[in-house]
Amino acid sequence: MRKIGLVVGVGAVLVWCLLPVVWIISLSFKSQAAVSGGTDPGFLPLDSFTGFANYADVLADDQFRRAIINSIGISLIATLLSVMIATLAAYAIARLEFKGKKLVLTTALAIAMFPVVSLVSPLFDLWRTIGLYDTWPGLILPYMSFTLPLAIWTLSAFFREIPWEMEQAAQVDGATSWQAFRKVIVPLAAPGVFTAAILTFFFAWNDFVFGITLTSTENARPIPAALSFFVGPDPFQRPAGLLAAAAVVATIPIVLIVLVFQRKIVAGLTSGAVKG
Amino acid sequence: MTSATVATPATDAGKGPKSAPEVSDRARHENRLGQRLVAPAVVVMLVVTAFPIMRALYLSLYNYSLTAPEDRQFIGLSNYLTALTDTLFWRDIGVTVLYMVVTVAIELVIGFAFALVMHRVIFARGLIRTSILIPYGIITVVSGFAWQFAFTYQNGFVNGWLPFIEDDFNWFGDPVPAVIAIMVSEIWKTTPFMSLLLLAGLAQVSEDMVEAAKVDGATWWQRLWKVILPNMKAAIMVAVLFRALDAYRIFDNIFVMTAGAQGTESISFLTYRQSIEQFQLGMGSALAVLLFLSVLLVAFLIVKMFKVDLAQARGE
Repeated sequence: MRKIGLVVGVGAVLVWCLLPVVWIISLSFKSQAAVSGGTDPGFLPLDSFTGFANYADVLADDQFRRAIINSIGISLIATLLSVMIATLAAYAIARLEFKGKKLVLTTALAIAMFPVVSLVSPLFDLWRTIGLYDTWPGLILPYMSFTLPLAIWTLSAFFREIPWEMEQAAQVDGATSWQAFRKVIVPLAAPGVFTAAILTFFFAWNDFVFGITLTSTENARPIPAALSFFVGPDPFQRPAGLLAAAAVVATIPIVLIVLVFQRKIVAGLTSGAVKG
Repeated sequence: MTSATVATPATDAGKGPKSAPEVSDRARHENRLGQRLVAPAVVVMLVVTAFPIMRALYLSLYNYSLTAPEDRQFIGLSNYLTALTDTLFWRDIGVTVLYMVVTVAIELVIGFAFALVMHRVIFARGLIRTSILIPYGIITVVSGFAWQFAFTYQNGFVNGWLPFIEDDFNWFGDPVPAVIAIMVSEIWKTTPFMSLLLLAGLAQVSEDMVEAAKVDGATWWQRLWKVILPNMKAAIMVAVLFRALDAYRIFDNIFVMTAGAQGTESISFLTYRQSIEQFQLGMGSALAVLLFLSVLLVAFLIVKMFKVDLAQARGE
């Protein structure tokens, strides 16, 4: 009974997550004429199957290839720096008593809440003045600022739940403080840190507003902005097939990175869940 | 590095006077270490935001249009008065609150169900975790495109699959169905965010406690409400808080799916339209400030509702 419920649950999760993805893939195999003409409605491409024509068109586009490199590089660097800085801050917030703790959390919250749209025109101005406009650091910096609050809040909530006394217990049992930290605290903290890293990465990967306003060329333009410039041959008709193919291509790096991180999350969670 | 970390209940009391000199020594050391550890984060956060925030506050007091920058003129709080007396502003606030409440409520329920499944399941874990991360990783713009194409009657599949819906029903022709379509895209895309944070919270709930409640004869429902949920309150709060604030600023999906037509416009979209499309930087900045204040109110209400104080390092 329980097992059947679980299987149904798993099925529901998979259908929920993958159905629209299958739809995008299906769309990417439909010919442009059939999509804009509405001659082949339905979920799967029946008589409008064009093979990999849409993909060939997308991959032949140099700007799109550059956009993929930009997105991966910028998002990875921003994630790494943001999570490192956030771990220090969250550790302090969860474990230490110091003046200004409330102020830090309030600042983080205020920044997490600030409407990004209103920040872009002054940032545009400032970045052009100091030469950060249309560069990688020009996007990495705002991405860090706006992912830090989420990383700090998530990590401090995690760190608060960790039984820190176990570290002292290990030291009483003869472990050095480094051993206690590495063998006891790191395995407990790792699921939180990796969850924060994934959320941070996806924030940077998804950003649209900064990407479109702080870049002008393929120097730094990330994927979402590049997609929005994807007009296709007919400016009055969204190139659904091409967009879908580009979306699938842009999702492949995500899937690869998810696979790498996901294994670590599982390892962290299971090592934390082992009972004595 | 750990010597200064276990705060005694005495230090926890905070304002109480501390007489013993060695305690205040340690407290001072702890104070300094704490401030050093948070300093990099605070600097990075302020560098990119302090200037634009000041600028938005400053510009909101001017009648300032990018099409005529020389005519900039100080008008005090007029922009705020104009916005607050306009029915469009209040309609957009209402629509935004509707987006937020409906999507977050549905996401919390579905996200928690997903987290329970992921927590309990022992087979195909990698597949499920990978799948759940895919909607979140997919760019919002693309999710918006995918759902818009799915809902269109010309070549979408939604009308064909749903019973009681005519095949030529136009989802984007009326306010209610258009809002529903936008909500579907929003919910699909962001439920994984909820379920990941809730799963992380679930992983921190002690299995021993759940086991003990089970031995004591608690039903599954009682264990859920009396043991599991109270012990993951911090994770739930973080998930709801950040999702609600995010949902309140909904922009990308509206931009892609309706471009604000049919009364689907959110307050963010209104702000964007004023400042970026119509170059009214003064009014746009005033709207941004109002948007920020209303978001502050939402955050305050949620924190009050869950009664969790994150700054309190020692918990309960």
